[in-house]
Amino acid sequence: MEFTPVYYLIPSLVMFCCGVYGFLTRRNMIAMLISIELMLNAVDINFVVFNRYLFPGSMEGMMFTLFAIGIAAAETALAIAIIINLYRVAKNIDVHDITQMKF
Amino acid sequence: MESVGSIIIYLIIALSIIVFSVLTVTTRKILRAATYLLFTLFATAALYFKLDYEFLGSVQIAVYAGGIVVLFVFSILLTTKPGDNSEKLASRSRALGLVGAVAMAGVAAWALCSRCADLFTALPSMQNPTMHQIGTAMLGTGYGQYLLPFEAISVLLLACIIGGIVVARKR
Repeated sequence: MEFTPVYYLIPSLVMFCCGVYGFLTRRNMIAMLISIELMLNAVDINFVVFNRYLFPGSMEGMMFTLFAIGIAAAETALAIAIIINLYRVAKNIDVHDITQMKF
Repeated sequence: MESVGSIIIYLIIALSIIVFSVLTVTTRKILRAATYLLFTLFATAALYFKLDYEFLGSVQIAVYAGGIVVLFVFSILLTTKPGDNSEKLASRSRALGLVGAVAMAGVAAWALCSRCADLFTALPSMQNPTMHQIGTAMLGTGYGQYLLPFEAISVLLLACIIGGIVVARKR
């Protein structure tokens, strides 16, 4: 058997759909953030697999993944700062209970 | 033709990615979700190593598994009481999420299997990118080199540090 790109894209697809499911159903803000991380990670895998199989001589996909990892770290740090601040104000990080910022 | 060891390693990586990402979004203890996310990220790093990107795998372990998951665990411990379970999901929202995720998976898998016939190629041989090549590509200004995004992301990270302090400090 030979490994074609599809062998790597299927786990990545499953990971992305798990992220979508978690983002739609979770109510805790940190759990939603974890789902977002899953989706970002799945996209990173796709970049790397396409780079490796279609353009093995160049490093574009790898560089995109490196920068995506950096941006994901920045985004997570800032989101967690916001969540901690919100917890201090509302004593709760359930998205259904925090309605003060609506509209 | 792949060797047996390679197939076994692939199966371990793919199965752990699938199983742990499903567990991440279905477990009801939030701290366990963070732990399963850690395992998923480790499996992804192993995938990068298997595809010959050693530097990328180490960055994945250092930044994601070492940095982001620790941030998650700290913030979970700060914002939830120990022994807290998240509530059982209402069946309506769970059905909605399942329909959305499965529909997306179906469409994407159909597109993948029917439209991407030219993707069914074997793994081409590749020189592993050395640290020297990666450093040159990151700090050059020519074609296929990334000085501008590198500087932009450094400014972004600085802004993120300052923003994090300003947002989260006590008033």
